[in-house]
Amino acid sequence: MHIGDFKETYSSDQAVFINATSRFWLGVLFAVLFLFPFVAGDYLLFMANLAGITIIGAVGLNILTGFTGLISLGHAAFIGVGGYTAAILSTRFDLPFLLCLPLSGLMAAFFGIIVGGPSLRLKGLYLCIATLAAQLILEFVFVHWESLTGGIRGMNISPPQIFGYVLDNDFKFYFVTLVMVILCVTFARNLFRTRVGRAFIAIRDRDISAELMGINLLQYKTYAFALSSFMAGISGCLWVNFLKTVTPEHFPLMESVRYLAMVIVGGMGSILGSILGAIFMTIVPELISTFLGFLVNIFPTAMSFLFPLQQVIFGLLIVIFLVFEPHGLAEIWRRIKNYFHLWPFEH
Amino acid sequence: MKILSIENISLSFGGLNVLSDVSFDVNKGEIFAIIGPNGAGKTSILNIISGFYGPEKGKVFFNGKDLSHIHADKRAALGMGRTFQNIALYHGMSVLDNIKLGAHTHLKTGLMSGLWYWGKAHKEEMELRKKIEKDIIDFLEIESIRKQPVSSLAYGLQKRVELARALAMRPKVLLMDEPVAGMNAEETEDMARFILDIKEEYNITIVLIEHDMKMIMDISDRVLVLNFGRALTHGTPKEVQKHPEVIAAYLGQKKAETMEKG
Amino acid sequence: MDIFLQLITSGFLVGGIYALIALGFVLIYKATNIINFATGEFMMIGAYIFYSLMVYLKLSPFIGFPIVIICAALLGFLVERLILRHMLGQPNISIIMVTIGLGSILLGLAEIIWGSSFRSFPPLFPRKPIILGEIVLRSNLFYGFLMAMVVVVVFLLLFKYAKVGVAMRATANDQMAAFSMGINVKTMFTISWAFGAIAASLGGIIIGNIGGVQPTLGHIGLKIFPIVILGGLDSIIGAVLGGFIVGIVENLAGGYLDPYFHGGVKDLAPFVVLIFILLIKPHGLFGTKEIERL
Repeated sequence: MHIGDFKETYSSDQAVFINATSRFWLGVLFAVLFLFPFVAGDYLLFMANLAGITIIGAVGLNILTGFTGLISLGHAAFIGVGGYTAAILSTRFDLPFLLCLPLSGLMAAFFGIIVGGPSLRLKGLYLCIATLAAQLILEFVFVHWESLTGGIRGMNISPPQIFGYVLDNDFKFYFVTLVMVILCVTFARNLFRTRVGRAFIAIRDRDISAELMGINLLQYKTYAFALSSFMAGISGCLWVNFLKTVTPEHFPLMESVRYLAMVIVGGMGSILGSILGAIFMTIVPELISTFLGFLVNIFPTAMSFLFPLQQVIFGLLIVIFLVFEPHGLAEIWRRIKNYFHLWPFEH
Repeated sequence: MKILSIENISLSFGGLNVLSDVSFDVNKGEIFAIIGPNGAGKTSILNIISGFYGPEKGKVFFNGKDLSHIHADKRAALGMGRTFQNIALYHGMSVLDNIKLGAHTHLKTGLMSGLWYWGKAHKEEMELRKKIEKDIIDFLEIESIRKQPVSSLAYGLQKRVELARALAMRPKVLLMDEPVAGMNAEETEDMARFILDIKEEYNITIVLIEHDMKMIMDISDRVLVLNFGRALTHGTPKEVQKHPEVIAAYLGQKKAETMEKG
Repeated sequence: MDIFLQLITSGFLVGGIYALIALGFVLIYKATNIINFATGEFMMIGAYIFYSLMVYLKLSPFIGFPIVIICAALLGFLVERLILRHMLGQPNISIIMVTIGLGSILLGLAEIIWGSSFRSFPPLFPRKPIILGEIVLRSNLFYGFLMAMVVVVVFLLLFKYAKVGVAMRATANDQMAAFSMGINVKTMFTISWAFGAIAASLGGIIIGNIGGVQPTLGHIGLKIFPIVILGGLDSIIGAVLGGFIVGIVENLAGGYLDPYFHGGVKDLAPFVVLIFILLIKPHGLFGTKEIERL
């Protein structure tokens, strides 16, 4: 229970975790996240890594689409650019993982600016279609520039090392993922406390008046594209180092759509929403497959419906959230929290 | 002392002449009102001054500086504040963040330091908050709503928050597009008082468009009358009120003739 | 030279079919400002329904077509009433995503009902290829093109002269004005969706008849975007022209460049063209730029 709102400095008034209660729960969350790998089994560890890597990508897309209002259908391709950069740098040039990580981010950001830059003159739907074209063109490059990308077969890489310490299993990799997730989320959260983040939101809400308020639209839209693709690149680099392989089929248009779905289901314009959305969209397909696994005993052919059923449920989730809960899981979470805010004296 | 000079501005949209050869000066520290019937081109003038439209002919000078090649966002940095006819607040942000956004050009935090939010960026935000609280929130009496999302506010309050955001821009000239449109008498009076206070306490020059004649005549130092994109006349409120063409534009030709005779 | 003429001609024919599909898309966009990412899936469902009527119920195509038209209209009607009506006033991204979600549902359902395997239609047209001088055209493509053109012309006439068409144009032009003239704008939205779905499903049947039908038939729907960007999102004539241009461009690119890249250029070329066009004209070739107001 938490009552009252008394603060003596503006600094404490503007802190993200404003009171002792929320700081306490944040501490608990960190403790759980740190202890999790010591109790979790192989499967859960694998899923946790996957979810973490996805969170970084989703936060990136939310910065671009949810906060700045620029729709991108090419996010998966930028993740792919990061992934391929990491694979090429580590196999061809033997660069260490810790160097590959920022370089993959920078390379993706560079591509983001190339794609985003000229498209910044475009509004809404035209921009959306330009990013669609970028997605398809990059996919084509992944498949057809065989000498660089290994074509359809892709590339395999050896397990990453940090100062000679080999990250050869999901347990060890978990801590890398965790640190990167914490960094990305903190950075994103910080940004929206400053003028840069406010400018992003202003561009989303009313780009014309934002310009008259002194915001250079071109500059800030480029920032949004660069930052979003940088995070995509980081996510791609982690993904490749986690799976130790990269192929074009990891980054299709459908994957871009899946990221947009995470942002929507989680909550557009909410960092927490990106986290919830990414976790949700990682878990749901697993639940469907588990459910069908049970059905196999009754209908032996149940498993053949796995893919189409996932498609249907994926589509239904998007439609249902947009129609009934456009602010996504973040809003549901806020309501739950408010309910417990004065619990048990809610009336 | 001129702060703003508009020289021979013309603008048209697809054959429709919105403004033809309009010129006027605004003196430092005055309240300058632009009036005229709907479609006279009032908002277009503000849009040209802010740099949202480029005029086909003519120039805008600000403190003697030609603004022709200065982009809209740079004009804000030079000291041009603006409020809008149809409130243009950012609905995804709180009142406080909307106001802070106005200070955008006076802040320095870049992308990198914003990500870290450490040292300078943090300090800058805190100083900004202090300044806004002292100079704007207290002044406009909006302490109680500062944490609310703007979309939840009543119309009159939204207009006031928009004014707060414009003040956060620390303008030398404040362009206000119908600041009291749609307000009741009490809200109008509050707003008129704020406008006068802004002029006197902060020494900001104000250019405003309004239909509320009573308020215009009460608070403005000089008035420009536009009709069908042309400047009919300008002068003090008293002079303008007596001008036959103004009466004709507002009340119709016949009425004007009878008034002249009577 | 022969190859060039051959590629151009068959590209032209394919383009006519694209024009029909793009027409359905633009009908919806003009009236409702909604980008329908599920157009491809509408095509696929239309093709499957037609296939089922022909193969399972052994109906004549002359009964099959009207039934598909009714089903498509119903699908458009339901989609508008059940989903998109709730999305009025939502941001673009939400509306785009809701049609993507819809597409995903339709794709999954089709695979659950009809399976993922490839099926080809029983012959609808005479098999004999059409020979014009040195150019040889596949009969399915040729007759499919004729059919598409008939449908396009019917739609254009309907849009120009019929009462409902005039009302739709009025709505597209200015919703408030149309509303005050006694046009039921919401009904117009529904009708546009129904017409859009009909155009898409007929296009789907024609495409299915040429290349067979499977759930991924809807991927052709992506080609709509270069077409409508070329034509400008809100121009019906532009959509028809864009259809022809894209048909020819992709056939030429496929014919001349695919051998060097091991395939894939054919589908990509329209998008490369699209990028260049957007760089030069941010609102497409025939699109209108709106005057922004404050």
